[in-house]
Amino acid sequence: MIHTITNFFTDEQISALDEIIDAHKDKPGSLIPMLEKTQELLGYIPECVQERISEKADIAPNKIYGVVTFYSFFSMKQKARHRIQVCLGTACYVKGGKEIAEKIEKDLGVKFGESTEDGRFTYEKARCFGACGLAPIILVDGKVYGKVALDSIDGILSQYE
Amino acid sequence: MGKTIAEINGIKDKVINQGVEDKKAIRIYVHMGTCGIASGATSVLTTLRKEIKDNKFKGAKVITTGCAGICSKEPLITVALPGQEPIMYEYVDDEKAKEIFSSHVVGGKIIREYAFLRGMETQLEERKKNNGKIEGEAVVDSSIPAIEEVPFFAVQEQRVMKNRGLIDPNNIDHYIGRDGYQGAIKVLTSMDSAEIIKVVLDAGIRGRGGAGFPTGLKWKFAAQEPDGMKYMLCNADEGDPGAFMDRSVLESDPHSVIEGMIIAAKAIGAHMGYIYCRAEYPLAVETLNKAIRKARAYGLLGDDILGTGFDFDIEVYEGAGAFVCGEETALMRSIEGLRGNPRPKPPFPAHAGLWEKPTVLNNVETLANIPQIIYKGSEWYAGIGTEKSKGTKVFSITGDINNVGCVEVPIGTALSTIVNDIGGGVVEGKRFKAAQLGGPSGGCIPLAHIDVPVDYETLQEYGSIMGSGGMIVITDDKSAVDIAKFFMEFCTEESCGKCIPGREGTKQILNILNKIDSGRGEANDIPRLEELASVIQKTALCALGKTAANPVLSTLRYFRNEYEEAVSKNN
Repeated sequence: MIHTITNFFTDEQISALDEIIDAHKDKPGSLIPMLEKTQELLGYIPECVQERISEKADIAPNKIYGVVTFYSFFSMKQKARHRIQVCLGTACYVKGGKEIAEKIEKDLGVKFGESTEDGRFTYEKARCFGACGLAPIILVDGKVYGKVALDSIDGILSQYE
Repeated sequence: MGKTIAEINGIKDKVINQGVEDKKAIRIYVHMGTCGIASGATSVLTTLRKEIKDNKFKGAKVITTGCAGICSKEPLITVALPGQEPIMYEYVDDEKAKEIFSSHVVGGKIIREYAFLRGMETQLEERKKNNGKIEGEAVVDSSIPAIEEVPFFAVQEQRVMKNRGLIDPNNIDHYIGRDGYQGAIKVLTSMDSAEIIKVVLDAGIRGRGGAGFPTGLKWKFAAQEPDGMKYMLCNADEGDPGAFMDRSVLESDPHSVIEGMIIAAKAIGAHMGYIYCRAEYPLAVETLNKAIRKARAYGLLGDDILGTGFDFDIEVYEGAGAFVCGEETALMRSIEGLRGNPRPKPPFPAHAGLWEKPTVLNNVETLANIPQIIYKGSEWYAGIGTEKSKGTKVFSITGDINNVGCVEVPIGTALSTIVNDIGGGVVEGKRFKAAQLGGPSGGCIPLAHIDVPVDYETLQEYGSIMGSGGMIVITDDKSAVDIAKFFMEFCTEESCGKCIPGREGTKQILNILNKIDSGRGEANDIPRLEELASVIQKTALCALGKTAANPVLSTLRYFRNEYEEAVSKNN
């Protein structure tokens, strides 16, 4: 089967996943923390991983799928090497966040939620990190860049290969 | 082993004499909230520590604090020499930090050019009383503005944020030294549930998450439920874009929230609590977890707190990125590990909340007020505010304004005071158009009403809401239709999809707004918007859905001409 977990992940990754499942499965309400740890480990939560969690933790697969697709922090697609998050919270929006988003979309040829073909950047929209004093901001791999001007974007992104 | 009450009080005395406010030592405060760190505060801290080490300079204490309030001037550091007024420096970078170290810290010579102000926010009250003087602190350079002359700080009233800029959030002793955990000790040793609830009711505090429901009443309902499993929750899922008050409190003074939860738990009879914090706030989550571990080690959380026989513990629950989880029933579903879909009320959470048990959910800011209400009394608390709303409110002011930051003012303060005095007015070359309060559930207050007092009732009368405290200043280069579109786009994307008004109604409104904005609008689109908005208000399942049309209604109310103009182009 092409969806078999072993086609996507190494034995080490799978046994680490099993450890996460075992550590959480008996605690009520632990599905979300379990998925958070899983994503931290594997980078994304495709169907084959959801199936394994379902079997091992005895949670219905539709419930897992429902949670994964509900929360924006979970992804079913593999991420690129670097993650760009453009803040489009209100403060960043009124300070020019939209123009920044348009430039990145044009330069990289991606839309929100997509990755560049070379696997370099995943591009996401974010809703306020609470660093409004620095608006407009973008995050690359979690690092905050504040007061971003349109002509400074190339310089920021060139640091990430 | 936990501590005894006598030991906690011993720490308090020791800290006052030797700790954060040790006036015999050279103190360098580095203000490190998320904003400060993003502006380079970590590197400034490393530089200062290296300078101290390289120069073998003994006797200087470096204290890392949370946010100092005025984000637009980050990174900020404060240098305090014995016998002298502290000096706060703005826009500090590594080079400036080196210069400040050698000139001011070592040489005793203030660098006027980099200085922002003299004095500390925690001294504000005393300075105001004594004509800007603090006993034992000499004024070295009076050409630097004194903190009580800087409107951003002078007009504020610090209660929730009374420790900001001074204490290290990771040091529980600092908090204890500032009357920390005295409220908890008071309720655990000498008050029963009814007495606690009475004080909170008399104080008149209303929920700071936005709805303004009396906190004491919420507690009373949960306390009346039969004994058994009950939960005390803290809503730290600050999702309104442009709002960061709660982040600032959590990063600067996490113990105030923990102490508030202990008091609330005692009042309602809960023994387990959760803080639901959004995952976009990694520093707040880390700070909270450290604070909880420390509180446990001191015996302030866990079994038999301080030997009083009361058990209560707290866990941090990290959200996974869904705005709707700020709604109380959705938040509880999320802690249960499910999709964060709201459910109809009743039953209210006080009766059947988390895992169908009686549950109280309070906002971060509400809880941070509680320790002082208990410690200083309801009369003290109700001494400021309006007739119907007591105490202070924290706002985060952002947008096209000069001083971006977190501000705390008595409820009822004029909007113009916040925008023009504290905020320093709009940025050069632009004109004030409106202040948007309450995020996607809120509305605008235009220039014509800029003098209105900011309280729950007045704002509602003018078509806005108090909300959780996000205040975005918009200038006249932004179109009202565009602002409405921004919020409606937010609501469509963040709708959980459960009820039709929330899922489809918001989408239809957005379609009409897009149509108007792109010049294809028709005359009857405006009444259609109003009709749709009123249907959503009446029929949506949860508060987020019910209020989703507010930004449209409020911009229509004050900037109808802009809608009409856009539509008339096509007719």
